[in-house]
Amino acid sequence: MATIADFFHWLAAKRGYNFSIFYDRFDGTQFLYGIWTTIHLSFFCVLLSVLFGAIGVWLQRSSFEPLRWLVGAYVGFFRNTPPLVQLYFFYFAVDPVLSSALGVKGGLLSNYGWALLVLSLYAGAFNTEIFRSGIEAVPKSTCEAAEALGYTPLQIFRHVTFPLAFRVSFPAMTSNLVNLIKTTTTAYAISVAETLYVANRIWSDQFNVFEMMNVVWVVYLVLVGLFLAFMTRWEKALRVPGFGRSK
Amino acid sequence: MKNLRRGIVLSLGIPLLFASPANADTLASVLEKGKLVVGVKTDFVPWGMRDASGQIVGLEIDLIKDFARRIGEEAGKTIEVELVPVAASNRMEFLEQGRIDVLIATMADTPERRRLIGFVTPSYYSSGVSVFATEESGIDGWDSIEGKKLCGMQGAFYLREHGFGNGADVVTFKGVPEIENALFAGRCDGWLYDDSALVSRQVIEPEKWADYRIAAPVVSEVPWGIAVRKQDEAEPIAEAISEAVVDWHKSGMILELSQKWGIPETPWLIAMQEKCLAGDPVCAANQ
Repeated sequence: MATIADFFHWLAAKRGYNFSIFYDRFDGTQFLYGIWTTIHLSFFCVLLSVLFGAIGVWLQRSSFEPLRWLVGAYVGFFRNTPPLVQLYFFYFAVDPVLSSALGVKGGLLSNYGWALLVLSLYAGAFNTEIFRSGIEAVPKSTCEAAEALGYTPLQIFRHVTFPLAFRVSFPAMTSNLVNLIKTTTTAYAISVAETLYVANRIWSDQFNVFEMMNVVWVVYLVLVGLFLAFMTRWEKALRVPGFGRSK
Repeated sequence: MKNLRRGIVLSLGIPLLFASPANADTLASVLEKGKLVVGVKTDFVPWGMRDASGQIVGLEIDLIKDFARRIGEEAGKTIEVELVPVAASNRMEFLEQGRIDVLIATMADTPERRRLIGFVTPSYYSSGVSVFATEESGIDGWDSIEGKKLCGMQGAFYLREHGFGNGADVVTFKGVPEIENALFAGRCDGWLYDDSALVSRQVIEPEKWADYRIAAPVVSEVPWGIAVRKQDEAEPIAEAISEAVVDWHKSGMILELSQKWGIPETPWLIAMQEKCLAGDPVCAANQ
């Protein structure tokens, strides 16, 4: 490790490229911690947003009309406003009102908590629509065939509609989740110490904006690349012969 | 095409037009015109601000008016002061382009700025970094911020040294309104910021900030200087200002003005008065 630190020391001193995260222990630890925060924030956001999407599409198909309105309002609210505005709105407007009404001091949720909730709801709204498109793509005749074979409605959903709908939704969902991972950078505005936030802290101290911009760029390229590699493998594993992509 | 070319020639010529008056002896031309054109802040209470009637007033305006009075008395005529509002982002350009003769605008004297403009020494004020917190936050001194949550400004240069360095958990935001919101929502125990900005808040909104105080000794102090054009650095105008600043320190005028404008007296001002009276080199002109 010492040689790596030495090399970057030399690079900063002799060549003027100051990658302080590789030789300054404080900056290095903070940056790693920032990447780790991005990873777990993204992970939980992805899980929650898929869950919200599934609940959304389930309620959307309910025969009880107010529930359908509710889902429509949810999708409209989160799809029609920018995620940064949502973060500000919930953190600076909703939280103070709620916490003063409930008499909680220091905020209802932490910065991280609001980022997780708001970004999951944001991507969940898109997932709702994506899953709907998947369900609507399942041919009615297929469901009727299952019904003719004696399947109950729940069995039809579990064994026919859902597996096919999920595969149809998969590419759009993957794109949406990639977007979600990139959108976690907006959590920076409400002071969640993720990658971009930490990078900003470092370049304010070290004046190495150019170097840190490059590092941040590479970090996201790698993180999203890994996520996509995982999703592609999963998609292949889910392949139904004669349905969707052939390979 | 012809118009475009003419436009380019004209736009290249404009900076030259503005730059030309800079070579003359600024003090002599001020005395001749009977007018001193000064760049001042109007958004930094109570150093430079607008009063209820829209007039520009403040501690810095009082200082520069006193300087005009001094050179006027010496020359035997009245020197009028024309105040030009400037912003932090354009103040040095106003000076370089010759639109103002002197700049007194809460500006820290830093080596980077010294490459572009001339700073008159000694400095007339000094600000640094401190923590703004209530009594009940338990913050008192830099040792006490360990483990505390401090709000701060994204991009500030002192977060690592004075925040993280002292073991605090620094939570940063993009702008002052967000910080104030977070602070009053109880998300931070204190606010790590420029002490003069903290002081000015208590002057403008005394009720809102009544419970807050400067809870740690001011550190990383940078002096505030009156600036002149780079080429005026060793000219009579700089010497005259320098003499005036020495006098302000010796006579305690800056301390008096601080009191007038509700700024608590700073240890730096008191030390400067002592040093100037004792003839300390810190108080010498043109360093």
